[in-house]
Amino acid sequence: MIETVLPWLVKIAIVMGTVLTACAFLIYVERKLSAYMQDRMGPNRVGPFGLLQSLADGLKFILKEDVIPRHCDRFLFLLAPALAVLTTMLAFAVVPFGPTSENPDEWQFVIAPNIDIGIVFVFAVGSLAVYSIILGGWSSNNKYSMLGALRASAQVISYEIPLATSVLGVVLLTSSLNLEDIIHFQADNGFWYWNVWTQPLAALIFMTSALAEANRMPFDLPECEQELIGGYHTEYSAMKFAMFFLGEYTHVITISFLVSVLFLGGWHFPWIAEPASNYSAAWAVKVGVLAAKVAMLIIFIMLIRWTIPRFRFDQLMGLAWKGLVPLSFFNLVLVLFVKQFNWPLWIVTVGSLLLLIGAAALNGMLVQRRLRAPVIHPATPALGPS
Amino acid sequence: MPIDQKDITWVEQPNIGLWESMYLPAIAQGLVTTIRHVFQKPVTEQYPEERPQLPLNYRGVHRLNRDEQGRVKCVACMLCATACPAHCIDIIGADAPWEDRDKYPTKFDIDELRCIYCGMCEEACPVDAIELTSIFDLTGLTRKEMIFDKDKLLSVYDETVDDGKDPARTTRGVLGPASENLVPPERLAWPIDELPPSEQ
Repeated sequence: MIETVLPWLVKIAIVMGTVLTACAFLIYVERKLSAYMQDRMGPNRVGPFGLLQSLADGLKFILKEDVIPRHCDRFLFLLAPALAVLTTMLAFAVVPFGPTSENPDEWQFVIAPNIDIGIVFVFAVGSLAVYSIILGGWSSNNKYSMLGALRASAQVISYEIPLATSVLGVVLLTSSLNLEDIIHFQADNGFWYWNVWTQPLAALIFMTSALAEANRMPFDLPECEQELIGGYHTEYSAMKFAMFFLGEYTHVITISFLVSVLFLGGWHFPWIAEPASNYSAAWAVKVGVLAAKVAMLIIFIMLIRWTIPRFRFDQLMGLAWKGLVPLSFFNLVLVLFVKQFNWPLWIVTVGSLLLLIGAAALNGMLVQRRLRAPVIHPATPALGPS
Repeated sequence: MPIDQKDITWVEQPNIGLWESMYLPAIAQGLVTTIRHVFQKPVTEQYPEERPQLPLNYRGVHRLNRDEQGRVKCVACMLCATACPAHCIDIIGADAPWEDRDKYPTKFDIDELRCIYCGMCEEACPVDAIELTSIFDLTGLTRKEMIFDKDKLLSVYDETVDDGKDPARTTRGVLGPASENLVPPERLAWPIDELPPSEQ
């Protein structure tokens, strides 16, 4: 009994520990990186190069007064931050963080190996994360929190569709919902069969929708400070606020893992980490390759945060329903055709790019038409008695 | 009077081409800008360790200048107290014990909390006795200790006159007809007894 449970417990402990530590470190990296992007220095007072800043922040969160306003729904108010962390952590159960194999006796770098509905599980659990936001906003009994939560639900429901549809193409090509199989499919076929090459449009749509799912910039409307104070976490303080924060960062890590696994070949990298490579500590190299991919994606997400301004809400919805949803469906149909008639895979690549350019041209045409429409300028109002 | 229609320029929305409507090139451009900033030198000044390089005309804490014999230069003419928009200067004058001037201040108080650091006192002073130094980090525990009296203001002069940042202003130009001219004639932009070139 204990022999079967122990490896799982060890794995869970490793993953939880790594993710939590990574979150604390990521907050430091994000603060430092955003400082550099704004020609500042960032935290540099606590410890060497400010490395202990996250520790100080954590201490602060723990020691701060934990306010539960009297007008709140106490049970749901306490449940929301717990859900935020739980749901994002739960998704890690099926995400491989290193090499896996068919042989169940070998050490598997995934908490729950060989789950045949891996992606469905990730999406199901990931969508639950919006419950934490909605519950937080609702139980706070505060109109700004409520508005933030409403926005979040609308946003997540809208972006769920392109997110899932873009992955369907990958699933069709691989003929499996299992994340480990998806990595193996890419690794066995080689570098040019990474899904990002065969399905660039799907990768783009997935990345965009995933950012929206995680409420990251430029899609962080649920918590936009100018309009909503803090959004759904306005009433939260101390450790409960930190848990929302933790949930968001864990979500970012999950996204990066998913993009690496689904589109960037997981632990595969030509010459260094091939499925056939069996030199000693090959597993460590594979874990390292995956970690490097994830780290680069996280840094990319941070770069995006300070590059693109926040969307307006109608633009956000427009992007989802008028842009990403149709595009992802066209992409799916394209993959279906290729799969059905056994066309070569490069047709998907070319087709995706043509779809993207077509969408851009259509958008350009619509904008042009709007611009060419006769504009009637309003009469200049008189500023005073003439 | 309403704005004339011919004075109004209507700005049209710029044309958006295929390249712009793809969004991605623009995002890539933005990313390049962001990344370029990562490698730029930070503009942050690490304040307590690095002190700012203030311009010479910075207006900080006041000081009362001494003349070459170490006496207070002020002649208690009240021009600064009159010019002060915040009414923070309090002067009581008396007959001077010296031959070369009629009056001198027995009391010269400046409320540093009330002062707005406009520099009008410095402008008004006919003998360049009151000047603003570059000291900006003035702190105190009580309101009372922030009212600087004559001795305190003279001690500010003693502290700052040789620090390089706050030379006696009279060495940098003629401020008024009553001011001493300590500038060597060759460093003057125009002769003392002439109008500045812009007014000739």
